[in-house]
Amino acid sequence: MIRVQREKFDIGAEIEALTTGRTDIGAVVSFTGLVRDFNDGNKVTGLSLEHYPGMTERELAKIEDEARGRWDIQECLIIHRHGKMALGEPIVLVVTASPHRRDAFEAAHFLMDWLKTKAPFWKQEMNASGEVNWVNERESDLEAAKRWSSDT
Amino acid sequence: MKILYFAWLKAKLQMTEEVVSCSDERRDTDSLVRWMKKRGPAFEEVFSDLEVVRIAVNQEYITGNTTLSEGDEIAFFPPVTGG
Repeated sequence: MIRVQREKFDIGAEIEALTTGRTDIGAVVSFTGLVRDFNDGNKVTGLSLEHYPGMTERELAKIEDEARGRWDIQECLIIHRHGKMALGEPIVLVVTASPHRRDAFEAAHFLMDWLKTKAPFWKQEMNASGEVNWVNERESDLEAAKRWSSDT
Repeated sequence: MKILYFAWLKAKLQMTEEVVSCSDERRDTDSLVRWMKKRGPAFEEVFSDLEVVRIAVNQEYITGNTTLSEGDEIAFFPPVTGG
């Protein structure tokens, strides 16, 4: 399941909604990305995220399909926010559920690594002097995504 | 054809989207980019380093030159930084 939204989300409520009434799920893994107050040694005071409506949902759905093809996951939820966000607020949530922990762990890790390099979102950081800068792509994110390429 | 710009490309070009017709000089993505570069200093700057410009046609990433036709949606944007 894919959700692209402006509003904040409640991690606990999302996990509960996914697992309530289910007795076949043995493992739930969640990853939450938060707005932090520094980047590349600079102080950050706020974040804004732009995205490409339409293509964002398509890319996220493709990433979910890929994960479902590679691992035995019973449930998969990706929530990604856009718009303005304050420090400490959640940006992204990935939840995976599987009968055993390994599939849920690996699928969640994969989903985040691929999402970072494929989903059309762009971060803009605000600093203390009121300047706004576009965030640069990270080499480490590209390396992390590449790790899953030969796994098929 | 609808052309969309995102992130710093949008800011530098001061444009979110525009409509251009499909013509001989805009028949594929390579020729479209060549045409873009000749539109003025801002366009020349934005398209000077194609290593930092990603292209999507009809909301799918393209890797090589892609044929265009009327009604296509072409998007230009920088490497993504979500998550």
